[in-house]
Amino acid sequence: MNQVKNFTKGFIKENPVFVLLLGMCPTLGTTTSAMNGLGMGLATAFVLTMSNLVVSLVKSQIPDKVRIPSFIVIIATFVTIVELVMQAYVPALFEQLGIFIPLIVVNCIVLGRAEAFASSHTVWSSVIDGLGMGLGFAFALTILGSVRELLGSASIFGFHMIKGNFMLVFILAPGAFIALGYIIALINRINKNA
Amino acid sequence: MEYFVIIVSAIFVSNIVLAQFLGICPFLGVSKNISTSIGMGAAVLFVMTLATISTWVFQYYILNPFGLGFMQTIVFILVIAALVQMVEIILKKVSPALYQALGVYLPLITTNCAVLGVAILTIQKQYNLMEGAVFSIATAIGFTLAMVIFAGIREHLDLMEVPKGMRGVPIALVVAGILAMAFMGFTGLV
Repeated sequence: MNQVKNFTKGFIKENPVFVLLLGMCPTLGTTTSAMNGLGMGLATAFVLTMSNLVVSLVKSQIPDKVRIPSFIVIIATFVTIVELVMQAYVPALFEQLGIFIPLIVVNCIVLGRAEAFASSHTVWSSVIDGLGMGLGFAFALTILGSVRELLGSASIFGFHMIKGNFMLVFILAPGAFIALGYIIALINRINKNA
Repeated sequence: MEYFVIIVSAIFVSNIVLAQFLGICPFLGVSKNISTSIGMGAAVLFVMTLATISTWVFQYYILNPFGLGFMQTIVFILVIAALVQMVEIILKKVSPALYQALGVYLPLITTNCAVLGVAILTIQKQYNLMEGAVFSIATAIGFTLAMVIFAGIREHLDLMEVPKGMRGVPIALVVAGILAMAFMGFTGLV
């Protein structure tokens, strides 16, 4: 398969959030600001790339029957690494993302890519796929985070344009659903025309 | 009184789906009609309570005494995955009728982040075993409540004239947003 295409498919065409609708919980839960969305996205991208790498390396050793539990253990290992590293180096972000960091384990994208791609492709294409999908996920979370931050507090990546809050509802729970709904409608429209 | 506070806050004030964003996948995926939502809710109630109790026991009797707190994520997900398998096997043998009703939803529950989420939250909030059990039951009731309301709205939504681009998931998300806004009215209740 063409590696460039393999890498870029995660951004718009097969974007995990906007098109495949996987990993909704962290998407909605962590995107109160662009920075949080980016942090969560990069953490997931790391886990996704590394688990794809390891799964494709050991795929011939794992008996078919215990495939899924083995994948889950591999993923959980990398999640634990991310958890400990973030706690040590970016404690403020770790505090903000809270429970969603350990919950990367049950993010459908990670297990989904391990099962649907890494278990049947070469090591190199699996890494590219993991990287593409992971960065696509980070891209989606950053977009949603920026939109919510912009509408909610009229700032972007922490740079305030006006004093105080703007439309506070977009920072709160309802705004997450509504903003994501309209973005998905927009992406559907773009994909149909392309 | 304390249990009452836990129950009200888990069902209404910080509803697991609409305020904490856990278990969104089944919320959007399985909520096409009311009866499947109730089935899914019952399966979640069953597994979530068992999972919270067993992960609590693991945390306080195995992980903490041996200083293995950092293994929490790995151990919890394995306990939940094993538990779901076991429940499936036991139900099949003991109560085929219940298995018929809940069977299809069980495999989906392993990767339902609400189950792992509640198990971790119970530890983070430092609940004791009884409080943890009450918390998980109340959370599952909140999950079912949100899903049944949402399914009811979606059944009517099918008959409505929705703009072409908004059909399907986008309009469902906007509806969920309005529902979340309604649930925000409970803020400050406890």
